[in-house]
Amino acid sequence: MTALSERELTPDAAAPAKPSLERGSYSDQIFKGLLTLAALAIPLLLCFLVYELWSGARLAIGKFGFDFVTTSTWDPVTEEFGAFPLIFGTLISSLVALVIAVPLSLGVAIYLTEFAPKAIRQPVAFLLSLLAAIPSVVYGLWGIFVLIPILRKSVFPLLRDVFGFLPLFQGAIYGPSMLAAGIILSIMVMPYVMSVSREVLMAVPNTQREASLALGATRWEAVITTVVPYARSGIIGAVILGLGRALGETMAVTMLIGNRHEIAASLFAPGYTMAAAIANEFSEAVGDMHLSALAYVAFVLFVVTVVVNAGARLLIWRVARGSGIGSKAL
Amino acid sequence: MNRRTLRRAFSNLMVGLMMGAVVAALLPLIFILLNLVVKGAGSLSFAFFTQTPAPAGETGGGVVHAIAGTLMIVGMACLIGLPVGIAAGIYCAEYPTSRLTWVTRFVADVLNGTPSIVVGVFAWTWIVATQKHFSALAGSAALAMLMIPMVLRTTEELIKLVPNSLREAALALGYPRWRTSLGIVVRTTLPGIVTGSLLAVARIAGETAPLLFTALGSQYLSYNLNQPMAALPLTVFTYATGPYEEWHQNAWAAALVLILVVFVLSIGARLAIRRGFDLNG
Repeated sequence: MTALSERELTPDAAAPAKPSLERGSYSDQIFKGLLTLAALAIPLLLCFLVYELWSGARLAIGKFGFDFVTTSTWDPVTEEFGAFPLIFGTLISSLVALVIAVPLSLGVAIYLTEFAPKAIRQPVAFLLSLLAAIPSVVYGLWGIFVLIPILRKSVFPLLRDVFGFLPLFQGAIYGPSMLAAGIILSIMVMPYVMSVSREVLMAVPNTQREASLALGATRWEAVITTVVPYARSGIIGAVILGLGRALGETMAVTMLIGNRHEIAASLFAPGYTMAAAIANEFSEAVGDMHLSALAYVAFVLFVVTVVVNAGARLLIWRVARGSGIGSKAL
Repeated sequence: MNRRTLRRAFSNLMVGLMMGAVVAALLPLIFILLNLVVKGAGSLSFAFFTQTPAPAGETGGGVVHAIAGTLMIVGMACLIGLPVGIAAGIYCAEYPTSRLTWVTRFVADVLNGTPSIVVGVFAWTWIVATQKHFSALAGSAALAMLMIPMVLRTTEELIKLVPNSLREAALALGYPRWRTSLGIVVRTTLPGIVTGSLLAVARIAGETAPLLFTALGSQYLSYNLNQPMAALPLTVFTYATGPYEEWHQNAWAAALVLILVVFVLSIGARLAIRRGFDLNG
């Protein structure tokens, strides 16, 4: 009996091997559990963010509803708030930025991927990526003390003389203005559009270029008729990504746009953006309704940038599927 | 024949225009850096790094309170943000077929595009409004939130570059999965992960907007994370928009210090990565 029981026990004698495997799978499970926890934290954080913004804005949402984005009064004393001038300013300043930045950054991106000598490609791209490393507040400082004096003294008067027939370039010249903010934004957005469209262009297969050159196209024709159309949706994605950056940019714009709740046709006039209004008024707001209105502005800004960024991401993924283009630290 | 030369001339013209674009794009960088050095370097002194600010309108004083504040706020943000970001990045790379990976990656991209001022408002309603006072900790939370998606995506992209054969070799030798992940896969990419983290630190070190109504800023040297605290970007903002000429001087000097910190971090990180991986493709 005893012998038998011992023999019965023998499978367990092999146990030392089994527990070690078991231990392995336990620690594997713990490891995976920890990682899962971290990965889960991120969607949860987003939900939390949306909830907190919403709860902060609840008062204003309840009082103003959707009229908030179409009305223009902004009066902390009577507690009447409408964000239309802010939304208008955000859109116009970003638009100005894109009008300046997109041709420049596409030119640079195309030159660097298709034409530049191999030796200078990486260094130039590196230098331009440094533009993205400069903090926003430093752009603002430079804008106040260097850019605005130059603009006020020579660029704005010149624009008014040449294009003065357009309502965009009429009226008094202050310095801090929609145009100044748009120009600083264009410098800040450029490295993003440049680097993303460069990566998209590099993802275009070489056979495209070769086929076009073999058919007798000049190098420019090869680029513009085959390479760029191939990468088109990705380039549009890059531009929209730049738009997303411009919409949410805060400090430099706050320091240069003049901060006035007004809608003016002229780009020389001061304006306001959603981000700038939050930055300026949030820490000084006293009334609950004022705070809530600003949180509502933040909520609107968040929704707009999410839509813009999701669109950009989908377009970029059409060229380079599932890649991290545009989402890495620049 | 004539048409051909015309086409070639047009091609050359376009290339010339694009070279012009490169120059135009580089000009602001050169201009900004030059201005910073010219206007900022004069005010840098031993006192600038060791003293707290002089009373408004008086010359002298320094920004030691802001330097210390930035170190503490950013350090705290790293303590929260780095582990979460790196771990979630490892998850996304190691379990690429999981549905959670897809969701996490997409949400990270959404958060990456979220304006920092919105994250600031979030930190305010979450921490400041409930505690009823401004605190450096709320600023750290906001910065960590900005940092996590950047670190996550960089980590994930780098780990994806590790060849599967390495993983298989380790598993075949009897390594459990967690040791394969940490000891082999993550260790191979460690220089890259460090680089990505440094880049993220460089980015958040210059952030002002999320600190405006969380850390708030202060004129004194403080080590209490539960109280308002100064930070370099906030100091640049306050001094630049203030009325005094001395403040403007200090703003340039503080901006120069800030940009030196940011550039050393991000250039150092980029040079280090050259050896192993190439983030820029």
